[in-house]
Amino acid sequence: MVGDTILKLNHISKLYPGVTALNNICMEFREGEIHAIVGENGAGKSTMIKTISGAIEPTQGTIEILGEIFNKLSPKISRQKGVAVIYQEFTLIPVLSAAENIFMGEFLMNGIVLDNKEMGKKASELFERLQVKIDPKTKVADLTTGFQQIVEIAKAISKKAKILIMDEPSAPLTITEVEVMYNIIDTLKEQGVTIIYISHRLEEIFRLSDRVTIIRDGCYVTTLNTKDTNKQEVIKYMVGRELTESYPERTNKAAETVMNVHNLTGNGVKSISFNLKRGEILGMGGLVGAGRTELAQLIFGSEKIVSGEIIYKGKALTVKNCEQSINAGISMIPEDRKRHGVILDMTIKDNITMPSLKRISKRNVINQKKEIEVTKLYQNSLEIKTPSIFQYVKNLSGGNQQKVVLAKWLARNPDIIIFDEPTRGIDVGAKQEIYQIMNNLANEGKAIIMISSDMEELIGMSDRIVVLNKGRMTGILEKKDISQENILLKAVGAN
Amino acid sequence: MEKILRRKEFGVLMVLFALIVFFSIVSPQFLQAKNFFNITKQIATVGIVSVGFTFVLITGGIDLSVGYQISLDIVVVAVLMRTFGVPWFLACIIGIILGIIIGLINGMIIVKSHVAPLIVTLSMMTILKGLSYLITNGLAIFKFDKSFVALGQETIGGVIPISLLFFVAIIIIGGFILNKTVYGRYFYAIGNNVEAAKLSGVNVERVQLLAYGLCGFFTSIGAILMLARLNSAQSSTGDGYEFNSLTACVVGGVSANGGKGTIAGAIIGCLIVGVLQNGLAIMNINEYIQEVIKGVVLLIAVVYDTLSLLRNEKIKKIKTINADN
Repeated sequence: MVGDTILKLNHISKLYPGVTALNNICMEFREGEIHAIVGENGAGKSTMIKTISGAIEPTQGTIEILGEIFNKLSPKISRQKGVAVIYQEFTLIPVLSAAENIFMGEFLMNGIVLDNKEMGKKASELFERLQVKIDPKTKVADLTTGFQQIVEIAKAISKKAKILIMDEPSAPLTITEVEVMYNIIDTLKEQGVTIIYISHRLEEIFRLSDRVTIIRDGCYVTTLNTKDTNKQEVIKYMVGRELTESYPERTNKAAETVMNVHNLTGNGVKSISFNLKRGEILGMGGLVGAGRTELAQLIFGSEKIVSGEIIYKGKALTVKNCEQSINAGISMIPEDRKRHGVILDMTIKDNITMPSLKRISKRNVINQKKEIEVTKLYQNSLEIKTPSIFQYVKNLSGGNQQKVVLAKWLARNPDIIIFDEPTRGIDVGAKQEIYQIMNNLANEGKAIIMISSDMEELIGMSDRIVVLNKGRMTGILEKKDISQENILLKAVGAN
Repeated sequence: MEKILRRKEFGVLMVLFALIVFFSIVSPQFLQAKNFFNITKQIATVGIVSVGFTFVLITGGIDLSVGYQISLDIVVVAVLMRTFGVPWFLACIIGIILGIIIGLINGMIIVKSHVAPLIVTLSMMTILKGLSYLITNGLAIFKFDKSFVALGQETIGGVIPISLLFFVAIIIIGGFILNKTVYGRYFYAIGNNVEAAKLSGVNVERVQLLAYGLCGFFTSIGAILMLARLNSAQSSTGDGYEFNSLTACVVGGVSANGGKGTIAGAIIGCLIVGVLQNGLAIMNINEYIQEVIKGVVLLIAVVYDTLSLLRNEKIKKIKTINADN
């Protein structure tokens, strides 16, 4: 079935100021193949897809679709040439029927009214082609996630897609739904559609794909025939990165256990158990969507625990909201700094003192002198670079904003600090400063949990690493066992 | 930061100044001291209500029921005094408690049900309207104790109206709450970024409840002063006060989108609305045309408010895109 080259990337590069997202990528896709693309978090998979779908213009290079060469594509041209993308988030409108969703934007008309009959008929034909039974009149809201995705696929092929790009399609699906989706993909392949399949899950890739391409740090690594390779080899190519950055040395040893997590379940994670010691940095690894942030939210008390318990300082921790967990001595530096970490339109001072406002007040009247003292103390100790503490946080760089988030928690003198992606979007110099601060905190006897998708950072900073996969804990690595291979093996659930 | 705030209020102050100059030129009566105190008497109530309204707006909410809160408050206080012979001082305290309760009910429904404040308080407005008419049957209640009426009509030394003193006291209290207390800071935090506030340990529900409760409290004080000034209680009295307060706040730079604004700004907004109303009345402009003008003023203020927010956001978006890349 697999035929000639249908899509070719010629020396594609995408440069952003200071970052090379894609570096001289050359590869080709053949007609009627299922071509998997794998890579670590941030390897450049999404950027590559977006150049094909026309959402991003490459800085250099050309894209060749069916022999036609383009310097850049627009979403419209890309669609016309037969490229369709199914994103992780569905684009369906729940209150409309399956048929209406499929023809959204290009409704079939009968004069000035919608031709529901014709659309229903055409939708039925599409579903038949996919060998599934869905009533075109059903509202999308009444379909399961699996069937919603099938509607999404039907929508894509209704536009005569020759190349179907699927970005982590199995992520929201149950096991049985995944099987149905596999069958549909096989059916489409038999009909000559090229599938570009992006996934973290190696077992899927070995189940589905004809060829697999590995990319790393924005570079093309290699393309393998799936049947001639194995998981170990793929992982070896994924991690072949050299650890270049240096991490500050830390001398202290972890002390007594401060928190025990037993069978914690809720918010999308299941049966998680580990302990956390004073003076250690406990890393949390896993691929995007593995449930690390969700686990952190449970520990921080911003989401509800369904079952299991947390023993904290020898007692069961029962908190109803963040206010209580903060008072208990737990703090969290969230992943999305601008939305959850700081209040952009308030001053540095207001942000830093927010969690400790009641402590520097008497009968709810703020002691403004003390407030300024506290702010200046942390401005100096964390070296927040700003002309004034009355500056709005939105005017600070990413690194300084992150220091403001740090300062607001340090002012509460917590026992446990959860860092969720502590250095995302921060420049190299500020990164080193944040690492040094984290080390100092560990040396002072604080317990630190660090979630990171940056493999180097995870390995360089952590004493131990908890690895999650699909909401479950797949292992905990002691210092001596920490390696890229071991983390990735557990992160993809390969053993 | 203070520079920018000052500049924003400075702009509003210029508008006020321009209006005063304009009315002084077209109408010689306008610039007399007597008329000035007249204006302050007229805006005392809307000004006091606007202090509470500012709190609610800053947290990102709105309270459309303040108009008929006034109606119900004055009717209840009037009935207590006239029908039940309750001493005026006690009647006023009951009126204030009633105001706080209405505010808390609004707040409770909003924080527990997450229904949009606009809808909740619009429904409340109609409920209060009905209750108020049920009590009066549409008739006016009048003739109150002289010492009570003095609150709204008398002056100190023949110059300064007592109601002006109340007005100034409320402004000071409002400014104190907003600038000096923990809760004032929380109002801004919630209005700017409710998620970040929650994750910083702010008890969002309690703070929102407080804002609506305070709004009811200030509204009831404004209502009592108005009852004393008019020496007559009618169910229609409070009609339109929600509109005037909203206009005053937004004109004064209190964002209808939450998170921004000051008491000073709201009060300048009140003065603008008051001067406009007074000036148009002195010029003998048709009442219906006045309505049209009021509507246009609010519309311009709200559009300006939202556009400047969007402009900021666009700049922010461009900045973050650059930063992320």
